[in-house]
Amino acid sequence: MSETMRNTALFALVAGLIVLTGLFQSWNTALLIVNMGLISAIMSLGVNLQWGFAGLFNVGVMGFVALGGLATVLVSMPPVGEAWAAGGLRVLAGLATGAAVIVAVVLARRTLSEGKARAAVTLVLLVGGFFVYRAVFDPGVEAVEAVNPAGTGYLGGLGLPVLLAWPVGGLLAAGAAWIIGKAALGLRSDYLAIATLGIAEIILAVLKNEDWLSRGVKNVNGLPRPVPYEVDLQNDPGFVETVQGLGLDPVTASSMAIKLGYAGLFAVVLGLILLAAQLALNSPWGRMMRAIRDNETAAEAMGKNVTRRHLQVFILGSAVCGIAGAMMTTLDGQLIPTSYQPLRFTFLIWVMVIVGGSGNNFGAVLGGFLIWFLWVQVEPMGLWLMQTVTAPLAEGSALKEHLLDSAAHMRLLTMGLILLLVLRFSPRGLIPEK
Amino acid sequence: MDLLNAVVALSNFVLVPAIAYGSQLALGALGVTLIYGILRFSNFAHGDTMAFGTMVTILFTWALQAWGVSFGPLPTALLALPFGIAACMALLLATDRVVYRFYREQKAKPVILVIVSIGVMFIMNGLVRFIIGPGDQRFADGERFIISARDFKEMTGLDEGLAIKTTQGITVVTAVIVVALLFWFLNRTRTGKSMRAYSDNEDLALLSGINPDRVVMVTWLIVAALATVAGVLYGLDKSFKPFTYFQLLLPVFASAIVGGLGSPLGAIAGGFIIAFSEVMITYAWKKVLGYTLPESLEPEGLVQLLSTDYKFAVSFVILLIVLLFRPTGLFRGKAV
Repeated sequence: MSETMRNTALFALVAGLIVLTGLFQSWNTALLIVNMGLISAIMSLGVNLQWGFAGLFNVGVMGFVALGGLATVLVSMPPVGEAWAAGGLRVLAGLATGAAVIVAVVLARRTLSEGKARAAVTLVLLVGGFFVYRAVFDPGVEAVEAVNPAGTGYLGGLGLPVLLAWPVGGLLAAGAAWIIGKAALGLRSDYLAIATLGIAEIILAVLKNEDWLSRGVKNVNGLPRPVPYEVDLQNDPGFVETVQGLGLDPVTASSMAIKLGYAGLFAVVLGLILLAAQLALNSPWGRMMRAIRDNETAAEAMGKNVTRRHLQVFILGSAVCGIAGAMMTTLDGQLIPTSYQPLRFTFLIWVMVIVGGSGNNFGAVLGGFLIWFLWVQVEPMGLWLMQTVTAPLAEGSALKEHLLDSAAHMRLLTMGLILLLVLRFSPRGLIPEK
Repeated sequence: MDLLNAVVALSNFVLVPAIAYGSQLALGALGVTLIYGILRFSNFAHGDTMAFGTMVTILFTWALQAWGVSFGPLPTALLALPFGIAACMALLLATDRVVYRFYREQKAKPVILVIVSIGVMFIMNGLVRFIIGPGDQRFADGERFIISARDFKEMTGLDEGLAIKTTQGITVVTAVIVVALLFWFLNRTRTGKSMRAYSDNEDLALLSGINPDRVVMVTWLIVAALATVAGVLYGLDKSFKPFTYFQLLLPVFASAIVGGLGSPLGAIAGGFIIAFSEVMITYAWKKVLGYTLPESLEPEGLVQLLSTDYKFAVSFVILLIVLLFRPTGLFRGKAV
């Protein structure tokens, strides 16, 4: 069997699994899987760019995804005029002060020569700067958060179309990646891993605590949508007539039409990113990246600036994750900082990349769909398995109840098992790198 | 008098909690550092190993409680601890046999082993949630305080109280015993010396007839004991929740790296550095400053540098500073 045929068969298999879901469960569930599968595929393309192309071990995916979510709020929510009047400028001034302190420290460290004087100046600037920053920043935050805390209590966004948030999410993630990369990319791979793990937790902590920015744990609900609302479709006589002509119930049809709309938008983005990644992989740049990945010393000897290239690909990959994060928050219609879990948003994406085939863009896409499908479907499968296993046990026995209740946790077990099995028996993934 | 009050307040809110937390982190970091030194990879499953050992200990604690066994004023969990350690040892040896050994024989790159450990992390995490559930479990019993704040105030007549929880006392005592045993083992026994030799130079150790399988096995056994003890102490002091243990990975790794990966002494120092910075930076200093500063300078706000939710940021920033200025850590760890 030729390679193309084999790969097409694999994609057909995943498509078949989703169609089966539609036939046996509901088309609604199937479409949900497709939508999140598209987003997962984009995330795993981002990780593949970093790990597959360049061998960078980034376990902070969750942070970049969350930043994308934040971008959706900042771009699309209407601004809260009262809050801006109360303390918006003060908050901005505080942030500018903080940035100025950091710039001053960097400048001081550049101009002064190494020694005790430099260390003292750095320390004084940092400590003094911190207190000045808090003095400017804190009253502004208090004023903003005091404005109708139950309804808003934050600055709001820019009130721009939500689609604009997707590229902005990418930019936000890219900016964060630049800062992290500057600090941590010179380090060894395990150190980079721990550093990215930490930065993701910090980004999450910011989202949960800085109420003026994202309402913290009070969540932001009712984000604008790039597609119409179900109710509007149901009230549209033209739409109702068309679907009734097809023999469908208007309520179901409207919800499916919306999901299809999202799927179309996501598919366009995935297509564009996949095309770009594919072109990059086969370009001289892609060859250089792989050369650096396979032997850094040799690449450096050939005159390649390894640190710069690493920074570049780290930023690109993180930006892709940011775009996917913004798309996901748009799909959810709300930003819930507490819903970001490292196992789901960092390590699951890694499973997708490894299972799909690191270094191969199509592999990453396949992995994204397949693993997301399993993530959704393992739960009902686990429940069914547990019901079968516990069938002989007496009704109401404690063990039986415990096993049935715990079936939901089968997911993590299954994902770990899949990852280990693939690593052991097919370490290059389902669609290996060429 | 004011100064004394300030010292007591500082001990109560900063020193005592930080020493207890530091001991827990140090024990966790010792496990990470041993795996890194001898098996040569960063074990992402360490937090979940701690969770597994603790979970078994909790289950045995419940069983003992059900049988009416108690340990007097001390928590019953200490009696159940050996069972937890044994179960954790069995699990780690089984994991090594089924998973890690294959890659060791292949001489796989360290980063592949890290990814493998992520798979193990998923499985252990799932296992723990499957057996005990994702919720919070408190399993500390026995006497709650060695000395409570009220008793202390009555004894000394000070305005500030100093409370020392039993669990905090146990943590420190246990940590000291465990660390002493570990260093005795590594420095004095034949097996311990062969482990250090293997960590320093694998090829040379193999040439001098050290059995690598034995070294690896002993390492896993020690790691299981350390992880379980660390996990149980943390759980007694705070509470047990699978997700919290997973999150402990960050401060534990930060401790090990700050001290220098592969250096046991560094892991202990790192644990205390991280714990003290976390507690001090997230503590509201108003009370202590109020006692020490003259009245005119008394602060109005809480004087809390960062809110407690940013404690991860603290370990992270320290980690970054150390890595930027001294990339191998304070105690000159190794690099694979």
